[in-house]
Amino acid sequence: MQSSKQLKPPVTETYDSLLAPGQSLNSVTAKISDIILFPVLKTPLGWIIGFVAAGLLLMLYLYSLATLFTVGIGIWGINIPVAWGFDIINFVWWIGIGHAGTLISAILLLFRQDWRTSINRAAEAMTIFAVACAGIYPLIHTGRPWLDYWFLPYPSTLGMWPQFRSPLEWDVFAISTYATVSVLFWFVGLVPDLATLRDRSTSPIAKTLYGLASLGWRGAAKHWQRYEVASLLLAGLSTPLVLSVHSIISFDFAVAQLPGWHVTVFPPYFVAGAVYCGFAMVIVLMIPIRRWFGLEGLITMKHFDVMSKVMLASGMIVTYGYFGEIFYAWYSSSIYEYYLIVNRFTGPYAWSYWSLILFNVLIPQVLWSKKLRQNLPVLFFVSMAINVGMWFERWVIIVLSLHRDFLPSSWASYTPTFYDWSTYIGSFGLFFVLFLLFIRFIPMIAIFEVRDLVHKTTAHTAEHEDSGHAGA
Amino acid sequence: MAQVFNRRTNTIVRLGIFVGVPVILALLTATWWYYTRSDWVRDVGVAHAKVQPAGNIPGAGGYSHQLHVGGLKLDCRYCHTGVEISSNANIPPTETCMGCHAQILPKSTKLEYIRNSYEKDEPVQWNKVNDLPKFVYFNHSIHVAKGVGCSTCHGNIASMAVVYKTEALYMSWCLNCHRAPEKFLRPQSEIFNTAWTPPADQIAQGLKLKKDLNIRTSSQLTNCSICHR
Ligand code: HEC
Ligand code: HEC
Ligand code: HEC
Ligand code: HEC
Ligand code: HEC
Repeated sequence: MQSSKQLKPPVTETYDSLLAPGQSLNSVTAKISDIILFPVLKTPLGWIIGFVAAGLLLMLYLYSLATLFTVGIGIWGINIPVAWGFDIINFVWWIGIGHAGTLISAILLLFRQDWRTSINRAAEAMTIFAVACAGIYPLIHTGRPWLDYWFLPYPSTLGMWPQFRSPLEWDVFAISTYATVSVLFWFVGLVPDLATLRDRSTSPIAKTLYGLASLGWRGAAKHWQRYEVASLLLAGLSTPLVLSVHSIISFDFAVAQLPGWHVTVFPPYFVAGAVYCGFAMVIVLMIPIRRWFGLEGLITMKHFDVMSKVMLASGMIVTYGYFGEIFYAWYSSSIYEYYLIVNRFTGPYAWSYWSLILFNVLIPQVLWSKKLRQNLPVLFFVSMAINVGMWFERWVIIVLSLHRDFLPSSWASYTPTFYDWSTYIGSFGLFFVLFLLFIRFIPMIAIFEVRDLVHKTTAHTAEHEDSGHAGA
Repeated sequence: MAQVFNRRTNTIVRLGIFVGVPVILALLTATWWYYTRSDWVRDVGVAHAKVQPAGNIPGAGGYSHQLHVGGLKLDCRYCHTGVEISSNANIPPTETCMGCHAQILPKSTKLEYIRNSYEKDEPVQWNKVNDLPKFVYFNHSIHVAKGVGCSTCHGNIASMAVVYKTEALYMSWCLNCHRAPEKFLRPQSEIFNTAWTPPADQIAQGLKLKKDLNIRTSSQLTNCSICHR
């Protein structure tokens, strides 16, 4: 019925609803699957340019990793006492970004928040790719990734287990569980849509590949019933993970004795920070994507409004954390804690602390205004600021605490090298290559869930109560 | 449009999941197990003895502990001079052999290589049998001084025509003793007795020795930097 050569709909923004008026069951399916189901040779130029750019960054990444593996971690700026540098900063930053996806897909599913429907698929994909980018850092940060199996508790000939009392070992479990559950959750949610693509695609190759991936889904009532159970179970599993993963990562610091790390507020403060920059990243990705693919009818201003509010709330928690740290320094009457704050305010890296305050605390305050919240350029800028700010937060925590510890004789400073930057910037290549492949080959919006939403909103008057997905 | 997959696909996939995956996992585990702990990989046992300069056929001219230690009752320290005083036990120089073989069997063709080595002043190239990685620090003198006999680690040398490894020298093997040395300790008089067997009340004897010799606790002896310095 719908041709793939649709006219770009005129951009009329919808402010008060999760769907633009006039969406029907068929229009939703067509709209989303047409983005994917056109011949490979007709891939839009914008996508190709983006993919090439991301691919180049990925090459930079691979080059940096190859150098790291052949030369060793001496190519980085780390030293003693600043033994953790960009590797761990970027690890914590990326994994934090992932949290928004899990929050949107799991917690909001359990709370039956309909506004998640249009954005959850893309946000979950973002989670997985961000976790992949994050997970690589601990694997490579020793420069000897071929020994990574030592992380695992397996019956080795060493006669020693990994140190189970170390938070670094807890990380291994936290992150691998998180990655597994996220991938499963995402994939299970994809199956009905992959089946839709299988049925709608005309090329035999696409049909076979989508057919394989959709695991024989026929849309039978039994299938839907099992699907519901599986996604509810996975949502239940993911929900504690939103809280546990970043709490455990915060233990990497909080369990240590170092001033600036040994803080009990870290777990909630890290979780809030993760949600904060995760949502910022979702917004940064969604604003251009919905424009390029003409998805204004499915991702409306209402979505951005709700996400901004989540950002504002988590941002306030993070801000509370910053003030908390200053308070503890004074209240602890420990000269080391006190010096830490003085050093943050006035020390050699004071610029980074004040950037953190600017990006994470001051700029996001504009979100209090509904008008600015619904102004996409402003929102984009604020979200970028938050992403930068959260990166600075990890920098401040890691570098500023390490470079001044208890003994002045062991103080030193840290300067990132070319390879520090290239392993960071390059990781965006990995992220965007994966993300672009995702939006090209997989429905970036959950078709059947939006159909469900259409069904619910249009059949509102016809006394249809919450019917779950069975009606889709 | 026709279905891409027919009904049989379900069966094939089920077979793959319930039979294929476990079989592959089992094969991988078995391979890994074999490559980390088989005698073949770790050169343990007489079948995997290192080939020495004069060959490994008993009686063909290689140095035999069976003959010199088992038969002639030579003391280990006669040749392995460092064993009580240094980390290395030392392999004897040709001069040690010539001390006897200048007189005993001076014409034996089997001892040709020893005489050559002596005349040309070129050491015999023995192949190292027990070889720890270089990142491990090991010390003979402390073990010998604290009631650990040669045969606990090297087996019954006096019965070996060709020396071979009797232990795989895993870290778990070192730690197994460092965690509970009493299971292996023997009186100082038995250190060089290669046929020593533990008495029935080994644990009681061992604990007494452990106390008398002031041997440290398990947590001290499993400290990583004892062996990885
Ligand atoms: C007459 C000299 C002599 C005496 C006595 C002697 N050895 Fe040896 N031992 C050698 C020589 C030579 C080698 C090296 C040749 C070889 O490995 O076959 C050797 C090798 C060894 C090795 C293997 C070293 C390696 O490469 O890892 C061990 C273990 C060993 N001896 C233990 C003993 C013990 C225990 C005793 C006493 C019970 C003893 N030896 C007595 C000469 C002697
Ligand atoms: C304490 C003296 C002594 C020392 C030291 C000694 N041997 Fe011997 N070796 C003997 C005696 C005794 C025999 C046996 C002679 C016989 O069977 O008639 C013998 C036999 C041998 C034989 C067998 C020769 C044959 O023709 O059957 C070899 C080979 C040998 N020794 C090698 C060595 C080597 C190598 C060393 C140095 C690591 C060494 N021996 C050190 C006393 C010694
Ligand atoms: C606690 C275990 C242990 C005991 C007890 C022990 N050894 Fe060893 N021995 C080793 C190990 C391990 C090596 C390998 C060392 C290396 O590669 O650095 C070795 C190596 C040797 C070697 C080869 C040369 C060298 O120094 O590396 C000789 C010879 C030797 N031992 C003789 C003896 C004798 C003789 C005794 C008894 C007095 C003895 N050992 C007791 C564990 C032991
Ligand atoms: C059969 C028992 C036994 C085995 C096997 C054994 N050790 Fe020991 N080791 C001891 C005893 C007993 C001591 C003495 C401890 C003391 O004095 O407190 C000791 C002491 C040591 C010391 C000296 C510690 C110090 O602080 O000076 C080192 C090093 C050492 N062992 C290394 C090893 C290595 C490496 C291995 C394995 C290749 C090994 N040991 C296998 C029993 C053993
Ligand atoms: C009693 C001596 C001893 C102690 C104590 C010891 N090790 Fe070892 N370690 C060894 C030996 C021997 C090996 C070599 C094992 C082999 O060749 O398979 C080894 C190997 C290793 C390896 C493998 C290195 C590689 O590249 O294959 C690691 C990792 C290691 N040890 C870590 C530790 C840690 C961590 C500790 C402290 C908790 C420790 N070790 C304590 C003796 C020891």
